[in-house]
Amino acid sequence: MQLSQVSAELGLDALATPEPNREVRGGYCSDLLSDVLAHAQPGDLWITHQRHLNVVAVAKLREAAGVVFVRGLRPAPEVIARAQAEGVNLLLAAHPAFETAGRLYALLHR
Amino acid sequence: MKLRDVARLVEAEFVTGADQADREVTRAFAADLLSDVLAMVQDEGVLLITGMTTPQVVRVAEVMSMGAVLFVRGKLPATATIEYAIGTGIPLLATRRIMFDTCGILYQAGLKAAQRKSMPLDHAPDLSRP
Amino acid sequence: MPRTSLVLKRIYPVAPRDLERAGTVSTAVRRELLDLGVGADVVRRASIICFEGEMNLVLYSTGGRVILLVEDDRVELLFSDHGPGIADVELASQPGYSTAPDWARELGFGAGLGITNMEQNSDLFKIRSRVGKGTVVRATILRGIPFF
Repeated sequence: MQLSQVSAELGLDALATPEPNREVRGGYCSDLLSDVLAHAQPGDLWITHQRHLNVVAVAKLREAAGVVFVRGLRPAPEVIARAQAEGVNLLLAAHPAFETAGRLYALLHR
Repeated sequence: MKLRDVARLVEAEFVTGADQADREVTRAFAADLLSDVLAMVQDEGVLLITGMTTPQVVRVAEVMSMGAVLFVRGKLPATATIEYAIGTGIPLLATRRIMFDTCGILYQAGLKAAQRKSMPLDHAPDLSRP
Repeated sequence: MPRTSLVLKRIYPVAPRDLERAGTVSTAVRRELLDLGVGADVVRRASIICFEGEMNLVLYSTGGRVILLVEDDRVELLFSDHGPGIADVELASQPGYSTAPDWARELGFGAGLGITNMEQNSDLFKIRSRVGKGTVVRATILRGIPFF
């Protein structure tokens, strides 16, 4: 499913979508950058509480389909600008991580 | 949801507290950041789903009166931490599944998310320096 | 605020970078408060404040201590250290601001929510700091007063 469709289905807020046609193949939920670097798969939509600038670099390196910040935790404008420049999709969810992951899982497995 | 059902659904093993398989967890909260867990205001009995296995996780679960801790991705805490958890009476479970699938399966089975008390400054940007 | 009679006083030293023991002051404080029959909400808030304050001492200070004071009408937690001190307390108190090294972030701390969490669970909250001297944090929870 395309990122733009996932975003619409889950009611996510698009912070930066330089690559709206990216295919979302799965999900990865983690707040530890080292864990994401080691275990996330290319095409995963990464769900996290972290809103540090390094998140953009890690998402790009792991070829994540995008990053979803949970609970309305909005990153700084520099982070959004960097993501736009680097071609990394950033989305914002109003729900907690458990529910965001739950809804995405249901969407990808229906 | 009973811990027995949590364990069955995500193929988790009881690390401690197998005798409390009938304990009910009210809601679930998934995070690796302990400040986020500490900021969550919720009644007792929440299931904490985490990839973090430090001694602090069990201590946070203790001070927050959580119902159980479910470790994901096959990680287990150190023996001293497990022994400490036995003393607190908080059951520890472990699954080989990743956090995403664990949340997905339990959410689909009807477990609700613990709501964190929103803070007035939540939406302020992250000012941390890269 | 006039002081009321002291019910309990405990002093807990906190060693810097001791990640094995980090969190044990908070669990001890919680047990003391439960043993005294302090209300569940106050215990919870005190535990959260204590955990964040203790982690700050472990992660950032050169060592310090936590003092627990229980009085008839309040629970007070005092955190003090001998350095390095905070140059800009206002900036450090902003949610999301963090100077945490990567190793602290990888342990689940250093998200920049610590001081916010402490403040939001306190009825009265005060930080004084001087670079090169140290930092003192005082967090007060009033008992028997509805928390807003």
